[in-house]
Amino acid sequence: MKRRQFNAGLAVAGLSVLANPLNIARAQSTRLKVGVILPRSGYLGFIGQSCQKGADLAPGVIKDMLGVDIELMNADFESNVDTARTRAERLIQEGANVIVGPFDSGAAAAIAQVAEQRGCPFVINIAAAPQITEQGYKFVFRNFQTAGDIVRNGLDLIGDLFQATNTVPRTAVYMHVNDTFGQAMTKGIGAVMPMRTQLPFKIVDTISYDPAAKDLTVEVSKAKASNADFLLLVCRLNDAIILRREMVKQRWNPMGIVSPGSPGMYEEQYYKTLGKLSEYSISNVPWYNPGAKLTKIVEKAFLKQNPKDRLEFHGLNAGFTFEAILIAADAFKRARSTDPKALADAIRQTNITEKMMLGGPIKFNAKGQVEGIGSACVQNRNLLPTVVLPATAATAKPVFPVPDYKKA
Amino acid sequence: MALGLSVIFGVVRVVNFAHGEMMTIAMYAATVLFAALKLDPFLSILPVAAAFFVFGYVLQSAVINPFITRPEHSQFMLLVAVAIIMVNGLLLVFGPDARNVQLDYQLESFEIGRILIDKARLYAAGAAVLAALGLFLFFKKTLTGKAIRACADNHLGALVVGLDVKHLYSLTFGLGAMCVAIAGCAMVLLVDVTPPLGPAYTLLAFVIVIVGGLGSMGGALLGGVLIGVSEAMAGLFITPSAKSMFSFGLLILVLLFRPQGLLGRKS
Amino acid sequence: MKKTASLAIFFAFLLLLPWFAGSYALSVATLILYLAYTGQAWNVMMGFAGQLSLGHSLYVGVGAYAAGGLFFHYGIGPWAGVWLAMLLCVALGLAIGFLAFRFGISGVYFALLTIAFAEFTRIGFDHMQWTNGPGGMFLKVAQRDSWDLLNFRGPPFMYYYAILGLCALAFLLCWYLLKSKAGYYWQAIRENEEAAQALGINTFRWKMLAVAISAAMTSVSGVFFAFYYNNLFPHEIFNIGRSIEIILGPVIGGVGTLFGPILGAVMLTLLSDGITEALAALGLEIPGIKQVFYGLVLLAVVMFLPNGIWPYLAKKLKFHA
Repeated sequence: MKRRQFNAGLAVAGLSVLANPLNIARAQSTRLKVGVILPRSGYLGFIGQSCQKGADLAPGVIKDMLGVDIELMNADFESNVDTARTRAERLIQEGANVIVGPFDSGAAAAIAQVAEQRGCPFVINIAAAPQITEQGYKFVFRNFQTAGDIVRNGLDLIGDLFQATNTVPRTAVYMHVNDTFGQAMTKGIGAVMPMRTQLPFKIVDTISYDPAAKDLTVEVSKAKASNADFLLLVCRLNDAIILRREMVKQRWNPMGIVSPGSPGMYEEQYYKTLGKLSEYSISNVPWYNPGAKLTKIVEKAFLKQNPKDRLEFHGLNAGFTFEAILIAADAFKRARSTDPKALADAIRQTNITEKMMLGGPIKFNAKGQVEGIGSACVQNRNLLPTVVLPATAATAKPVFPVPDYKKA
Repeated sequence: MALGLSVIFGVVRVVNFAHGEMMTIAMYAATVLFAALKLDPFLSILPVAAAFFVFGYVLQSAVINPFITRPEHSQFMLLVAVAIIMVNGLLLVFGPDARNVQLDYQLESFEIGRILIDKARLYAAGAAVLAALGLFLFFKKTLTGKAIRACADNHLGALVVGLDVKHLYSLTFGLGAMCVAIAGCAMVLLVDVTPPLGPAYTLLAFVIVIVGGLGSMGGALLGGVLIGVSEAMAGLFITPSAKSMFSFGLLILVLLFRPQGLLGRKS
Repeated sequence: MKKTASLAIFFAFLLLLPWFAGSYALSVATLILYLAYTGQAWNVMMGFAGQLSLGHSLYVGVGAYAAGGLFFHYGIGPWAGVWLAMLLCVALGLAIGFLAFRFGISGVYFALLTIAFAEFTRIGFDHMQWTNGPGGMFLKVAQRDSWDLLNFRGPPFMYYYAILGLCALAFLLCWYLLKSKAGYYWQAIRENEEAAQALGINTFRWKMLAVAISAAMTSVSGVFFAFYYNNLFPHEIFNIGRSIEIILGPVIGGVGTLFGPILGAVMLTLLSDGITEALAALGLEIPGIKQVFYGLVLLAVVMFLPNGIWPYLAKKLKFHA
C-alpha cells in the first residue's frame, strides 16, 4: 500500500512539473511581469540579496514615476549556471514578459541563450564580460559597463584624482584576483595604459592571486618589496579585507589603495570588518549620482523598506537592478503591450535621461549595450562610500595620499 | 584541523568530507560567543571544544557508525549530505554576510630583526602544537588512548579482546571534532567566516594529512608546515594564483611514491 | 519480459516528451538526461570496476574545452572535435589509471588522487591563454531555429534528442558490457581483486579498460556541454561541486546497476525542483532552506537505502536486478 502511494505521489509530482504546455498567446495586459533572477544563495548570496533590495523597491517607485504596474517574479539561481538556465525557462513559461538580472557573467551568458531562444527580452543589471553583447543577440540588453569601459573610465579617474590632489606618484604595484573579472580587467589595463600617456605612473610589478585564497602573506610581501608608491588593486570583497589586514600586519603604508574598477572596498562588510582601517581606500566604479532627483526618490523608498540599512552600501547593486527594471517599465509604457517582440523593439528605442546612475542617458546601441555609463571615484570616508570625483557629483574632496603614508 | 582529520581517518577509517564545514560551525560559534560575551576566541576554545566533543560523539554513534563497513562512496555521500545541510543551515541562521571577531592584537605583529611575525598566527600555531601534544600524550599514556590505537591497528583483535569498539570510535570522532573546534576558534582571528567557507578547507586538510601521513600526529603538523612553506615558496617564485596547483601536485607525488605520507605507517 | 516492456514504455515516453512538455520542463528533462548520461559514464569506472573517481569533472572539462577550443579558434565542428576530446580524455584516464594501479593505490587514496588531478587541471586552465583562462570561452551561436547537426546548433529539442540518443547508446553499451566477458571480469575484480588475480585475470588490463571507456564516454558529455551552454569557465566546469553532482545520480540510484544512474538523475532533479516549487507555493522563499531539505532527503536515502533506490525498487516491482 505504502509503495503504491509513493509511486502515485511521485507520478503526480512528476507530471505537475511536466504538464505545462507552451503559452499560446500573450494577452494584452495592463501590468508588466518582470522576472528577477539573482543569486540569493550560494557563494554569490550576499550580492544577490543586495541586488534584490533594488528590485523590491522598484514597483512602488515606478508606479509613482511612470504610472506603470509591475509585478515581480523572483527566482534564485543559487550561484549555479545550470539552475540559472532552468529558472529562466521557468520564469518565461510562467509568463514573465521580461527578465532582469543576474549579476554573474556566466549565468548571464546562459540566460541570454534562453532569452534569445524564447524571444523574451533580457535586461542585464550587472555583468562585465564583454562577449555577452558581442554574440549578435536580438533580445539581450545590458545597462552596465563592459570590463573594457570600466578600465578606461577607472584609469581616467585616477588621472583626475592625481590632478585634483596635486600628486605625482611614479610607481604602482598592480594586484588582481585571478578570476573572470580580474582577468578581463587586466587585459583592459594592458590595452589602455600605453595610450594614457598623461598618467604619471608605471606599473612595476603585477601580482595575481586566487580569489578563494585565505592567506595573502606572500602576495603582500611581494608587493611591499616592490617599493611602489601606491597599490592598484582589482579585488573582491573577502580578499580586499584580507589584503588590508595583511598590509597592516606587514606595516606597509603606500600612498593609497586605488581600484580602477572592482567590487570589495565600498561594500558594507569592508567597513564593518576593518573599521577605521577602511578609510581612504578608493574604488573607481559605476555609481549613482548622489545629487540626482531619482537617487533621492530611490533612497527614500530604500530606507522605508530597509530602515536599518543605507543605500550607500548597495549603491551599485541596487542601483543598477532598479534601473534595469525601470528600463523594462519605460519600454512597456511606450509599447503599450506585453508582446515580447514589441517590448524588445521598445527597449531598443529607450532614451531615459532622468536616471540615477552616473553618465549619459540610457540608450542602447545596435549590440544592445548602453554606452556612456559613467564611473565615480568613490572614497571611503567616515565609514561610508563617498563620491569625491567627478567634481559635479562629488560630496567631498578627495584625500590622496593617505594621512599615514610613510615613504619607504 | 588536519590533526582532527588524521585522527578520524586513522582510527575510524572514515573520510570526513564534512570536516571543513564543521570548522565553519566552530568559527560561527566563536563569533557568537564573542558578540554576546566579548569572549576572546582562544578562551572560547574551552566551551566550544567541549560542545564539539559531544557533537562529534553523537554524530558518529547515531549517523556514521553503520557506515564504517560500507563502501567508500556511500560514506562519501553521507558526509556530503551532512555537509550540504551544515552549509545551508548556517546560511539560514546567520545569513550570507561574513562575520568576524575584532580584537586589537589581530593586527599586531612581533618584530624580530627584520622579520615580522603576526601575533594572531603565532598564537594559533601555539594552540595547534599544544593540541597535538595533548593528543599525543592521550594516545600514548592513557588507557583509553591505547585502546583507540588498538582498534585502529586491528579491528578484529580489539573486538576479540573485548573493547567496546563502537564507543571508542565515537570517542575518537569526538576528539577529532574537538581539534576542529580548536582550529575554528583560532581561525576566526585570521579569516572572516561565511557559510560556504568549508569545502576549501576540507580539501586543504586532506592535502596536509596525506602528505604528512594518515594517523600520525606529528605527520599532520609536519604536513601543515610543509604545505604552508611550499605554497609560500611557490607564490614567491611562480605566480601566486597557481600556488594551490603546487600543493595538489605535491599531493599527487606523495600519493604515488609514498602513500602513507612522510611520517605515516604503512597500513 | 516485464522489464523490457516497462523499459520500452519509458523510452517511448521520453521520445514523446517534447510534444507535451513546456519549455521549462524540456530544459529540466535535458538536464536530467545530461546528468544521467554522465552518471552512467562514471558508473562504468565505479560500479563496474570498483574505482571511486571523485574528480570526474576533469574529463567533462577537458572534453568540453577540447571540442570548444577547436570550434572557437578554427571553426571545427563538434563531430571532429569529439575525437580530439575522447583522445585527450582517454590519454588522461589511462595516465591516472596507470599511475594509480602500478603504484597500488586504491580506495580512498585513489579518490583523493582523482580530486587532486581535477583541481590541478582547474588551476592550470585558469592560467591557460589558449582557452582564455578564467575569462571564459564563449562559443558563437550561429542560429537556433533549424536543425544544423553538423555544427550542433538548433532549437532546444534538438539538444534534447541528442542527449536522449546519447543516453540510449550509453545504456546499450553498458548493457552489452555487463553481459560480456569484460563484465564478468569486472565483477570478479570488484568483489575480490586478489582472488581474481589468483585466477589469472590480468586485473591491471581490465581496470584500465574500464577507466578508458569511462573517460571516453564522459568526454562526449563534455562536448555536449560545450555546445549546449556555449560558455566555459574553468572554475565552473572543473570544480569539485560538479564532480559531486556527477556521482550523486548513480550513488542514489544504485551504483553498478544499469538503471541506477538514470533513476538517480531523474529523482534528484525532480526532488530539487520539486522542493523549490513546494517552498514557493508555501511562500517560504528563504535562501538556503531548499538546500537544507535537499541535504536531509539525501541523508535519509543514503542511510536507509545504502545500495541505492533502484535495487530496492526493482525488488519491490519484482524485476530481476
